[in-house]
Amino acid sequence: MLMRPLVALKTAITAAFTLFGVAVVTFFLLRIVPGNPIAMMIAPGASEADIARLKADYGLDRSIPVQFWIWLKNAVRGDFGTSISTHRNVLGLIAERLPATIELTLLALVIALALGIGAAVLSMLSRRRWPGSVVDNVNGLLLAVPDFVWALAFVLLFGVAFPILPISGRVDPRLSYDFATGFTLLESILRLRFDIAANVLSHMLMPALALALPLAAVILRVLKAALETETGQDYAVLARIRGMSRLRIVVQEALRNAMIPTLALTGVQFTFMFGGTVIVERIFGYPGIGNLAIDAIVNRDLPLIQGLILTFGLIFIVINLLVEASFALLNPRLRHG
Amino acid sequence: MSSTRREFLQVAGAGVALATFLRGGSAFAADSDTVTIAYNVNLPAWDPTTGPSAVNPTIQAIYRSVFDQYIGQEPNLEFVPNILTDWGWNDDKTRVWMTVRDGVKWQDGSDLTPEDVVWSLKRAGDPDGGNPIQFVWSTIGDFTIDGNRVEAKVKSYEPTLFKWMAFLTGYVLPKAYYEKVGAQGFEKKPIGSGPYMVEEFQSNGFLRLKRNPHYWGDKPAFETVIFKFVTDATSRVAEVESGSSDITLQIPYEEYDRLTSGGKFSGSCEPVSDIGMIFINDVKPLLDKNVRLAATYAVDKQAIIDRLLRGYGVAIDTLEAPEYLAYDPSIKVPHDPEKAKELLAKSGFSPDNPVKVTIQTTRGYMPRDYEMIQAIAGMWSKVGIEANIEVYEIAKHYELRAADKLAPFAFYNWGNAIADPATSTGFAMFGPSPHSVWDTDDLDQKIAPLWNEKDEKKRIAGWKDVDRYIAEQGYVLPLLQYAQPIVYRKGLKVTPNKSEALEAKLIDRTVD
Repeated sequence: MLMRPLVALKTAITAAFTLFGVAVVTFFLLRIVPGNPIAMMIAPGASEADIARLKADYGLDRSIPVQFWIWLKNAVRGDFGTSISTHRNVLGLIAERLPATIELTLLALVIALALGIGAAVLSMLSRRRWPGSVVDNVNGLLLAVPDFVWALAFVLLFGVAFPILPISGRVDPRLSYDFATGFTLLESILRLRFDIAANVLSHMLMPALALALPLAAVILRVLKAALETETGQDYAVLARIRGMSRLRIVVQEALRNAMIPTLALTGVQFTFMFGGTVIVERIFGYPGIGNLAIDAIVNRDLPLIQGLILTFGLIFIVINLLVEASFALLNPRLRHG
Repeated sequence: MSSTRREFLQVAGAGVALATFLRGGSAFAADSDTVTIAYNVNLPAWDPTTGPSAVNPTIQAIYRSVFDQYIGQEPNLEFVPNILTDWGWNDDKTRVWMTVRDGVKWQDGSDLTPEDVVWSLKRAGDPDGGNPIQFVWSTIGDFTIDGNRVEAKVKSYEPTLFKWMAFLTGYVLPKAYYEKVGAQGFEKKPIGSGPYMVEEFQSNGFLRLKRNPHYWGDKPAFETVIFKFVTDATSRVAEVESGSSDITLQIPYEEYDRLTSGGKFSGSCEPVSDIGMIFINDVKPLLDKNVRLAATYAVDKQAIIDRLLRGYGVAIDTLEAPEYLAYDPSIKVPHDPEKAKELLAKSGFSPDNPVKVTIQTTRGYMPRDYEMIQAIAGMWSKVGIEANIEVYEIAKHYELRAADKLAPFAFYNWGNAIADPATSTGFAMFGPSPHSVWDTDDLDQKIAPLWNEKDEKKRIAGWKDVDRYIAEQGYVLPLLQYAQPIVYRKGLKVTPNKSEALEAKLIDRTVD
C-alpha cells in the first residue's frame, strides 16, 4: 500500500516529461514545416512594414527558442495562447470542443466492444458452422476498410438512400437548450431531456459506427484467438468434462481471462480512434477537436495546433493509465502485487 | 404460418419504431419560415475586421448577413448606398465626405450614429488594430462629424477606397457595445445592424440566425436562416439530397448536373469574380520571352472548361473577367500550338528537345485544379515544353509566394469582388506587392503611376494598356473565370452573386 503514492508520483512525473517532450518537438516542428500563418494573412497591398507588424503581433518575429520560452512560461500558468484564426483562448476553445469528441469516441468504444465481444463469442460457439464462417469473413472486410470509407458509405446509405439519420452536426440546429457543460448527451440524459438525448444520439450514430467498426474487428480477432487459447486450458477442459455447457465455459470462465490481452490492445486502438476522429468528424461536420484540428492546420493556426497536439498527447497518456489500472482489476495477480 | 407472420410483424414494428425514433431525433429542413444552407466553410471568428477570417471571401456571406458594410454591393457587383447613402471626394481629392443613413439601429435597439462609422474607420486604420486591409483604411484620417455628414482628410490618395468599403473588412461595428464587452465578449455575442441577428452559434457545427426586427432595409424572406458548416463536398450533396438542408454550394459540377437534372432541385452555376491563373516567375527558363509566349499559346482554355469543368467557366486572356472595370475584349491570346512551336524553335526547343520546367499546383483546393494542370502539361508537351508537376498545399503556396520562391509556373486562383484592376492585375503583377510573382522594372514602371491616378478614365485606360502589355510579354497565364454551383430545393429562389457571397437576404421563395 505504501508503494501506491510513489507509483502515482512516478507516473505523474513520467507523464509530465512525455508531455514536455511532445510540446518541444511539436513547437519546433511546426515552425520548421512549410506554410506560415503570416503568409496566409498578408493583404494584397501590404508593405514590408505591414508584414513585420503582423509577425510582431503574433510573436513570430523572435527566434524559435525565445518563442518557445515565452510559450512555456505562459503554458505553465495555464495560458496556451490565443488562436490566430478564432481570436479565442486556446485552452477555452479546446475545453469547449473536447466533450463532443469524448462522447463520440466513448459511444464508438461501447459499440466496438459490444460488436467485437458479441461476434467473438458467437464465432467461438459456432466454430466450423456457417455463423462462424460469416463472422470470420465479415471481420476480414471490417479490418480492410478504414473508418473514413465507412463514414462516406454511411452518408450515402443512411443519409441519402435510406434517410433515417442526420448527416452532419451534433444536434438539430433548430433545437434550443442551455446546458452547463459540453457533454450534451450525458447532460441531456441527467436533465431528463430525452428529446435532446435522442437528437444528439441520432447525430452521433453514423460517425460512432464508422469509428467503431475497425476497432470491433480488431477486438473480435484478438478476443477470438485468446478465447481459443483459454478454452484449451486445463480448467476449461475440466469444466467440459464435468458437463458445463460450451456457452458457460466461454462466457463465465474463459472470457474474463481472454479479456486481458484484448483490453491491452483495445486501449492502444482506442487512442488511434481519437486520431480517426480528425477525418470522421470532418465528414460528418461534427464539432469536436478532430474537426477543429483540420481548421487549425488549414489556417496554420500554430497556437491552436500546439494545444491540440498536447491534448491528443494527454488523452493518450490518460487512456494508457486507465488501461493499466483496468489490468489490475481484471488480473488478481497484478492486484495483489 | 401465423407464428411467422407474428414474428415478421414484430420485427417490422420494431424497425418502424426505430426509424421513427431516429428520424424524430434528427434534423430535416422543412419549416416554411426556416431555410437551411449546407455551407462549405466554417466560421472561425466573428470580428469581420481582424485576422484571417476577415480576408476570406467565402465567409463574407455570413458577415454580411449580420453586419452592414459602409457601402453595399448588388449581386451584379454594382455599388449601392448602404450605411452610407452618399460618398465622394472633393474636387482636388484631398478630402472625402460620407453621409450616414438616418434611422439605422443596432440589433440591441440602440442607434447607429456617425460616431460608430468614424470609430470603425479609425479602428480599421489603426496600425496596431490587426486589420489586414489597414493599408487602405489608413489613407484617410482627421475625421470631423457634422450632423450625418462625416469628412476626413486624405493622407494619400487611394482610388479604390470606397470600393473597399463594400469589400473585405469594410464593416461598421457598434462602438459602445464593442467597448463595453471587449474583443472576447464580441466573439461570444456579436451584434451588428444587418438583416439577421445571431441566435445560436456552434463553431464547426452551425449558425442559427433570426430576422433582425430593427433592420432598416427590406425585410428578408425567412424568419430563420441556418448555416450548417459541412466542409466535405460529398456530405453537402447528401445534405440536400436527403432534405436535411435546402441549399448548398461549391459541389462538383458533375453533382450539380445530376441534382439539377433530376427535377427535384433547382440551381444556378453562374460565373463569379474568381479566376484561375498560372503565375509565371521571372526565373530561368522563363526569362526567355519565346518560352513564356509559347506556354500561353499552347493552352486550349476552352477545351479545359468543356472537358474538365463540364462547360462551366469562361476563358479569359487577361486577369480581368468580363464584369471587371478594365476588361478589354480586344486583348486576345488565342490557342495556337503552331505559333507556340515556332516560338520555341527560335529558342532551340522542340517536342524532341523540350524545354524543362516545373509547375506547382494544389490538388482539390479548386475544382479539378490538378487535372487542369495535367491537361496543360499534356498540351505543352506537344509543342516542346516538358513540365514536371509539383503538388503542394495552399499554405505552402502562400509562403513561397511571399518569399518570391515559387516555381517557374504556379497555379492559383484570384478573387476580386470589387472588380477593380488595381485589386486584380495591380496586386498580382506589381513587383513590390507581396503577392506578385513576375517582378521586372519594365512592368513596374507602367503600373506605378496608376496607383494614385486621380483621373478615373485615364486610370482605367492605363490598366487596360498594362493588361495588353502583360499579354504581349507573356508575364502571366490567365485561364478561366470560375462558375459557382448552387443547388436548392424547388420552391426556393437564390439570386446568384457575382462576388460569390451566398447572402441570406438573396434567398427567397418562388411565386407559385
